[in-house]
Amino acid sequence: MAYTEEELKKELETKEYEYGFYTDIESDTLPVGLNEDIVRAISLKKNEPAWMTEWRLEAYRAWTQMEEPAWANVTYEKPDFQAISYYSAPMKKPKYESLDEVDPELLDTFKKLGISVDEQKKLAGVAVDIVMDSVSVATTFKKTLAEKGIIFCSISEAIQEHPELVKKYIGTVVPERDNFYAALNSAVFSDGSFCYIPKGVRCPMELSTYFRINQAGTGQFERTLVIADEGSYVSYLEGCTAPTRDENQLHAAVVELIALDDAEIKYSTVQNWYPGNKEGKGGVFNFVTKRGLCEKNAKISWTQVETGSAVTWKYPSCILKGDNSVGEFYSIAVTNNYQQADTGTKMIHLGKNTKSTIISKGISAGKSQNSYRGLVQVNSRADNARNFSQCDSLLMGNECGAHTFPYIETKNKTAQIEHEATTSKIGEDQIFYCNQRGIDTEKAIALIVNGFSKEVLNKLPMEFAVEAQKLLEISLEGSVG
Amino acid sequence: MAFENRVDVEHPVHDIRTEAIKFFEEKGFPTKKDEAWKYTSLKTLLKNDYSVFPKEESALEFKDVKKYFIHDIDSYKIVFIDGIYSSHLSQTSHEGLDVCLMSSALSKPKYQLIIENYFNKIAKTDDSLTSLNTAFSREGAFINIPKGKVVDKPIQIIHLATGKESSIMLQPRSLVVVGENAHVQIIERHQSLTDNPVLTNAVTEIFTHKRGIVDYYKIQNDNPNASLIDNTYISQQQNSHASVHTFSFGGKITRNNLQFVHKGEHINSTLKGITITEDKQHVDHSTLVHHATPNCESHQDYKGIYSDSSTGVFNGRIIVEKEAQKTNGFQQSNNILIDDKATINAKPQLEIFADDVKCSHGCTIGQLDEEALFYLQSRGIPKKEARALLMYAFANNVLESVKIPEVKTRINKLIAMKLGVKVGFDL
Repeated sequence: MAYTEEELKKELETKEYEYGFYTDIESDTLPVGLNEDIVRAISLKKNEPAWMTEWRLEAYRAWTQMEEPAWANVTYEKPDFQAISYYSAPMKKPKYESLDEVDPELLDTFKKLGISVDEQKKLAGVAVDIVMDSVSVATTFKKTLAEKGIIFCSISEAIQEHPELVKKYIGTVVPERDNFYAALNSAVFSDGSFCYIPKGVRCPMELSTYFRINQAGTGQFERTLVIADEGSYVSYLEGCTAPTRDENQLHAAVVELIALDDAEIKYSTVQNWYPGNKEGKGGVFNFVTKRGLCEKNAKISWTQVETGSAVTWKYPSCILKGDNSVGEFYSIAVTNNYQQADTGTKMIHLGKNTKSTIISKGISAGKSQNSYRGLVQVNSRADNARNFSQCDSLLMGNECGAHTFPYIETKNKTAQIEHEATTSKIGEDQIFYCNQRGIDTEKAIALIVNGFSKEVLNKLPMEFAVEAQKLLEISLEGSVG
Repeated sequence: MAFENRVDVEHPVHDIRTEAIKFFEEKGFPTKKDEAWKYTSLKTLLKNDYSVFPKEESALEFKDVKKYFIHDIDSYKIVFIDGIYSSHLSQTSHEGLDVCLMSSALSKPKYQLIIENYFNKIAKTDDSLTSLNTAFSREGAFINIPKGKVVDKPIQIIHLATGKESSIMLQPRSLVVVGENAHVQIIERHQSLTDNPVLTNAVTEIFTHKRGIVDYYKIQNDNPNASLIDNTYISQQQNSHASVHTFSFGGKITRNNLQFVHKGEHINSTLKGITITEDKQHVDHSTLVHHATPNCESHQDYKGIYSDSSTGVFNGRIIVEKEAQKTNGFQQSNNILIDDKATINAKPQLEIFADDVKCSHGCTIGQLDEEALFYLQSRGIPKKEARALLMYAFANNVLESVKIPEVKTRINKLIAMKLGVKVGFDL
């Protein structure tokens, strides 16, 4: 029987969020609202040195002067920043020797999500620094990493144990007053990951962190700082799923990458936070600032698969400061029902012979809006800068929208820039071809969508590729086999 | 409002004007904070104290300004000197069509219906510069082509500025109505004759009825002290074809706002442009094609060559509404930067709400092919000419669709002049 578009729509609408659950763990939560005292209290709770407290306060003061940006192609009810609790940490802060000591409820959570910490320890070769509502509770493979001199820990731990590194690099790529959400994050960030790869070290495993938003009404403000020293290499994975919630949850993270001379950082994200139900109610607001700085001959590569969140507002960027540095951005953004995504990248060419590649694939279904917004800027001193951008959109159904807003600014005559964008739907002839080869319509759509996204999926590390495909399935179930 | 008393209060469009004044007073001139003006600043222009209505009329001899006309063809001419109609230089007509003046269309009862139906109907009322024009424009071209009429010769609209006033602001307002199956070709030029600053804020509304054809050519090669803000709005009905070619070679700051609105099926819209700039020139092309109906096509093709410390802006936008299925929308912007200080800012945007469409945009920024240059030099063509040849080839796509041979020749000459070479042939 032919699989019609009507059936597809029905299935898409009724598809519920599979990873929705809520774990009941006692939390230590600060009163709602935000003022200087709250900022101080967060800093105090985390036992931070004075310079950190001061840094947070400065960010907070800058934030109070800022206005929430409204230029993105998304509409949503603005969050009330005084109605959010800015800190929540699991009460029983554990210092485990082994997994047996871990709160069984937490372990259960991980099981539901399909992450078995002990199994990963043995099999996957992935060190996981799990962030559960703002405080890191389980860290594995630390020893193996320590042998190489790699520091991989929560950022609060790093502030305690490696203050010189944190002090030197934090806020250098995303200054505390960079934008509204970055300033907010700088003021109130509760935890996050910190990673330092020493000179010439190639990180032997994929580092990964899982973020969860768990405590109801808690904004998640993560801060990630990755520093790759000269000639080093690291591949960093970040994956997200969040429990079902009716009220909108705010997530305003900041990620800073620093690739010193000849270093390479590969940063991959799979984001599948709760997108809201089919009426567009609920869902996570994802307002993230991600930026990387490349010194000489360095390379930063962003790969992202964005399937979740009600509203996404995210532009992982590269500042190509050093000569011969390379920036890459590979993205798949899938929106369904009432989801809205305004995502893209910024490539700022400052050094000579810098190269950047942008591949962005947008898939919109249901009543969603999917926008690519990107900037390619070539400075007057960036001789021989090279950029290639490609933004393709796929529309499913006639109630969704796909938009492209590229900005290209060139001040150098030796720059070579190409930008192309296409928008199309899945061709009837393509499906017909598959049908007559004995592939049913659903499988055919799956094939075509997979082919459409392949360029980006291929860039994901093995561990993530499977999960990414799974997420594409959930987001477009019915159309992807 | 200093000049309100100079506007005829009894006028039928008085209400429209009052609204427009109100809006402009509220909004003021656009600044770089407005997204649409992100890359173009009017600051340097607004420093001058412009006189808005010229104090005295000027007369010019045809032989002195002949070179600004496409003079080797027979044509209708509507000529303005400092914003005032010059009957001496013009050649208008009321035989089988109306090629005349906006002021007479606004005042004569027989045109009242047309004015009511078309005046300020597609010009954006929420645009401050358009509102400024609506409020204070007094003159412009009025062209009305009745059903089935194929106009026998092109119409030239020439705006001359004598520079008698130390600085002048001109606000021409034109209306073109093309009836069913009618066909018209229009050439438009703004020209300042001295080095005194001129700021032109022009608004043109063009209505194309079923199966009508409009070819519009804008030649912009003004003095380095003249600036132009051109707002052209085109409304198309089913099966109509409208094409606008914009050739921007001169002027200090040139901003072209070009907007197409579709009101029927099987419409074809073409927007093409060649931009060659030098010194501190600034040329900004802002286009919008609004696809609101199914089965329509639009083609945008803009080429730019930027030297010295000139700046180019391409701000192209295609909107495809939910209803506009089977739309084909193409947008292409190719740019060459010749010098280190030249800048190009491009923002090719697509906003698509329909699923069964084919839309694409491409934008490139690059240099002349060194190998091609070397090849030509190895064949004995001097470097300067070789470069010019390659630039000709680069821009040629746009020239191909120019339908008046004399216009093509003129553009070729202007390109050669601008590139400072004589290639000895026409493309």
